[in-house]
Amino acid sequence: MSCCGTTPGYPEIDEVSRLVSTKLAGFLKTLRDAGFAVGLHEGRDAAALMAAGYVEKPSLLRSAFKHLFSARKTDWEKFDGLFDAFWLGKRVRSRSLTIGSTKAANSPSLKSLQDRNSEPVGSEAATDQLPSADDAPEQGGGEGRREGASRADNLAEIDFRKMADPGQIEQAHAAAAQLAKSLRTRLTRRDLTRRRGYRLDLRRTIHGNISHGGVPISLVRRQRKPKPLRLVVLLDASGSMSLYTGVFLRFIHGVLDEFREAEAFLFHTRLAYVSDAMKEKDAARALDRLSVMAQGAGGGTRIGESLQTFNRWHAARVLHSRCCVMIVSDGYETGDAALLGREMAALARRCRRIIWLNPMMAWQGYRPEAAGIKAALPHVDLYAPANTLQSLAALEPYLARL
Amino acid sequence: MKDREEIAQALAASGYIADGELATAISLMQLLRRPLLLEGEAGVGKTEVAKALAAVHATELIRLQCYEGLDQSAALYEWNYQRQLLAIQAHRGGDADAIEDQIFSEKYLLERPLLAAIRRDTPPVLLIDEIDRADDEFEAFLLELLSDFQVSIPELGTISATTIPHVVLTSNGTRELSDALRRRCLYHYVDYPDVDREARIIMARISGAGASLSLQIARMVESIRKEELRKVPGVAETLDWAAALVGIGVRDLQEAPETIHDTLMCLLKTHEDRARFKPEVTARLLGKVA
Repeated sequence: MSCCGTTPGYPEIDEVSRLVSTKLAGFLKTLRDAGFAVGLHEGRDAAALMAAGYVEKPSLLRSAFKHLFSARKTDWEKFDGLFDAFWLGKRVRSRSLTIGSTKAANSPSLKSLQDRNSEPVGSEAATDQLPSADDAPEQGGGEGRREGASRADNLAEIDFRKMADPGQIEQAHAAAAQLAKSLRTRLTRRDLTRRRGYRLDLRRTIHGNISHGGVPISLVRRQRKPKPLRLVVLLDASGSMSLYTGVFLRFIHGVLDEFREAEAFLFHTRLAYVSDAMKEKDAARALDRLSVMAQGAGGGTRIGESLQTFNRWHAARVLHSRCCVMIVSDGYETGDAALLGREMAALARRCRRIIWLNPMMAWQGYRPEAAGIKAALPHVDLYAPANTLQSLAALEPYLARL
Repeated sequence: MKDREEIAQALAASGYIADGELATAISLMQLLRRPLLLEGEAGVGKTEVAKALAAVHATELIRLQCYEGLDQSAALYEWNYQRQLLAIQAHRGGDADAIEDQIFSEKYLLERPLLAAIRRDTPPVLLIDEIDRADDEFEAFLLELLSDFQVSIPELGTISATTIPHVVLTSNGTRELSDALRRRCLYHYVDYPDVDREARIIMARISGAGASLSLQIARMVESIRKEELRKVPGVAETLDWAAALVGIGVRDLQEAPETIHDTLMCLLKTHEDRARFKPEVTARLLGKVA
């Protein structure tokens, strides 16, 4: 920003209130720890604001800082609490803040973010290539990691729940992440080769042929730009799914990492928005964070209520017409099956396709007889097993056609 | 630079009833020279903020409505190809360089909103409406323009801003905006107004709506918003409804429950919501309003 060089009143700050600027730096750190994206520019602008007389009243400064530092609605809502706790030392506020923030989906990040901030940026790239670098000592599978890709074929057909060896599980995770990556690249390549225009772009044609005196010799065509597919994953993290949750979380992490447009939700008895937490580069850390959330479930699944929450609060933002919703669940609904049916119908109206992945489907003798899955199936476009890596890979041609 | 109180007064004078913090946001816009990003549900009056801002500064409002596929030629500038061709035909046989200089001059340049906004004599208000509808590429391009305030046109050279416009961006949240754009901007979340503010908005906008009727309408709308609806009515809908009631000649909501129920079509815009609102529901809500 060009104006920042001319920050008014810098000398005054230097002289009078070195204390204040130290305190301001502390506040910026607090904000960063709370997940705000606050950079140097913001810090400088904040100092300028304080010099410009916004410090006179706390309410004024709070309002000004709120506009400056917030970047989204969640920031906007938690800012007042943070500000009061830091500058005014209000105990009550600060306590309500901690309570409020544990409710937020990305809350477990607060502590870990703090730790991560101290790491150099370059380390992220490194962990990306060796996904379990942090995890290796506990897992004890350090030496097998790099061979994961070559061995993945053997694993492709083994049901996830039959894997017991930690090394094997690690490989399955890596393969799932790899799979998510290949889904993305294949989809884009298809888009590129299809780029052949079917309509004439008259303006550009005339422009391009000015050198021919306006005689349209070389034609310019246009085609609607293909919108990238958006994938919204709703993962059942209830007790009955616990054997599969790990692998799917890894898959989702890969999907979020690779797809330009993807969102993820986790549900058991209620719904949690986990995209933010999952966007953490280090897969192992993201999984740790989420497994904590998933463990809270264990009991029943309220798919209907979770979908209702989704439809009411998230669907408008997350869904558009070129959207594929992927529900990963065994369909054991402990809530109201009729509600599930209604919400599935509402969801089906909003998106292009609903894929229901049911890991139990491949079990011998399994029939979709649970009330939940019966109510949901009429609205599902593709009902597929997803208990092996191979069955996950089989989805790719289906997604590519959307 | 205008003071916060002055801004609040000027906003009120222009017919925009602002919440307390918006005046701060506007004074910060001037002080820090950052764009203001407004987010909020559809129909809470985000676009109105820009109009009010233009009124406050007594300046022009330049609006760029974003849509999918919006590109530079629709947002920034374009050459007037038809006129260029005519000029070429008319000067056929002349000096090629001279013709080229002529057809790539200002005269043949079509200004689009973004270019227009940085070439005015007095800084206008530039409203970039529904930025979330535009593509990611356009967002990146916009980011560049908002930081440098200059445009380079290959045939003509770089055009720097004569004035820095007051930029207001709005978003409905249909797509997540990039962090870079968010960081560049001041942020203000426009919420549904509380009863008191909504009543004052109705009084300011609908002539003939008295204080008691406005308050009743505002309370009714607030309780309707608390119902479980697929599409929650915004301020624009409230104003429609108030205008309808005033037009029909309703003076008190309690007087004519049937009319109230029939005119709810101004507020409820989906079939499901309409079906859910049976006359009993309306009556129950009306009972609370009294």
